[in-house]
Amino acid sequence: MARFNLRNAGKESARAAVLVFFVTFLAFPFYWMVITTFKTTNDLHDTTKNPYLFNEPPTLEHLRVLFDDTQYLQWLINTGVVGVAVVAITLALAVPAGYALARMTGPWAQTLGIAIFLTYLVPPTILFIPFARIIALLGVQDSLWSLVLVYPSFTVPFCTWLLMGFYKAIPRDLEDAAMIDGLSRLGAFVKVVMPISLAGILTAIIFAFTLVTQEFVYGVTFITSSSSYTVSVGVPTFLVRGDVYFWGSMMGACLIASVPIAIIYNLFVDRFVAGLTAGAVK
Amino acid sequence: MRPPSQAALRSLPKGPLARLADNEGWLWRVMLAPAIIYIMMLVGVPFVLSLFYSVSNVTVASREMSFVGLENFRRIIESGTFWTALRNTVIFTVVSQFFVLVFANMLALALSANFRGKWLVRLLVLLPWVAPISLGAIGWLWIYDSIYSIINWTAREVGILGPNQWPIWLGEPNLAMASIIIVQIWRIVPLATVIILAGLTSIPQDIHDAAAVDGAGFWRQTLEITFPLVLPITLVAVLFGVIFTFTDMIVVFVLTRGGPYDQTQVLASWAFFTGIQGGDLAGGAAVSLFLFPVLVGVAILFLYLARRAEVT
Repeated sequence: MARFNLRNAGKESARAAVLVFFVTFLAFPFYWMVITTFKTTNDLHDTTKNPYLFNEPPTLEHLRVLFDDTQYLQWLINTGVVGVAVVAITLALAVPAGYALARMTGPWAQTLGIAIFLTYLVPPTILFIPFARIIALLGVQDSLWSLVLVYPSFTVPFCTWLLMGFYKAIPRDLEDAAMIDGLSRLGAFVKVVMPISLAGILTAIIFAFTLVTQEFVYGVTFITSSSSYTVSVGVPTFLVRGDVYFWGSMMGACLIASVPIAIIYNLFVDRFVAGLTAGAVK
Repeated sequence: MRPPSQAALRSLPKGPLARLADNEGWLWRVMLAPAIIYIMMLVGVPFVLSLFYSVSNVTVASREMSFVGLENFRRIIESGTFWTALRNTVIFTVVSQFFVLVFANMLALALSANFRGKWLVRLLVLLPWVAPISLGAIGWLWIYDSIYSIINWTAREVGILGPNQWPIWLGEPNLAMASIIIVQIWRIVPLATVIILAGLTSIPQDIHDAAAVDGAGFWRQTLEITFPLVLPITLVAVLFGVIFTFTDMIVVFVLTRGGPYDQTQVLASWAFFTGIQGGDLAGGAAVSLFLFPVLVGVAILFLYLARRAEVT
């Protein structure tokens, strides 16, 4: 019995050690952002004192600079505008497509579903070269419209796949009963299936939005004037220009944009994973 | 005109919309068409265009283009940067994904039990994946700073670094390569962990109980039951990790811009600097096409797994 407990204790402390190591490695940059955001510039540049501590009282000066002297607020607004527009397009396309894929019978329904999902894997770094020219020919370079047009190319495949999974989980009997009661197939979808799949639609909204906020490659390709940046592009390109780095403001910028997205995403991450693995593993 | 009465409506022949609403074959096509057309236009067309661009002399500003055969590929292969970028991309992917595989399995195993404060630990370890990577990478830019690097300060304080040692993380080719690989590991470990964790929690407890009754200890259970059962889902984690690493340019872009002297350039970032910043779309398209074979390989493996899941 004693040996058994000893072994258990060993296992528990091994687990604790693993967790401490990974929490430190994975969360440290964000902890460091918090510290840096509120430190005075003097304190940041004093290498003789312990950088983990506040050697001078914390300050809000970096955040003031960020909001008063940079276009950060504009970038946040841009991100929101693009996000909402892309979510609207994504839902309009992915909700019907996801439902159709879930209810279609026949050998190629499954194939088509997987084909759509595979297009999600085609990376921006293969498509951004032709897009640069297409966007220029359409005359929407440097405008948020270019992002609104292109971002659904990855949100639609992913959300279609995700919603397909949701609709498959809803028993067909529900619609069959509604159709016996006189509704058409379309009517059954709109009046019976849509209301009970709101959780799925909400998940699709969250993912379309977070994918937009995380996108970087297309943003940096299409947009060159700083007033049209989204947050994930503006901070790394515009605030890191020249030799002077305003580390306090930059860390604040990263923190403010990351934390809300991270928390919301975190609530839905299991569904994201279920979506990624649904095709390959049952 | 007065609206027709209910009875009159019912006796009318069904309109096209009503017929569509009931004819499932057509309904599916109409519901699918917008999504498929959008995807064709925004993924299919650009992809075909990039094939054309790679054998042309197109630039951002040019109005016309002409066919130049394999000239772009010859030009690329003869430049030293291509081989550096190709080698770096392979190293970047293989090394980072090896560590991701090891780390994610350890972390998933540690997270599979219940303990107090688990939600907080999960939130913290997921941060690198759920926060925008371009912003997370800026956090690392500050951590790797040439003067104020917290790594160097800490290492000196505990005596790992001597008084004259002060590594410039992003300034020396080998260190810079190691630095971007560390950030990529940091970014992908959370994703791989949650995927493997999903696999772990789907193993019925009965199997572990039965093994325990038969006298299997922790290591035997882990090696002979857990790992084989989570192998398919681990493979999925690796596939996504490979895709998100091999084709990525964000970490390199934010941390080193390919420097010093193109020594940390990867294919994707080099395609960007050639095609977008340099305006040589044809050259950029040719470079980015080298990403394609890996993409096809991953897609085939993915389809194989999907088929397997269907059969069993």
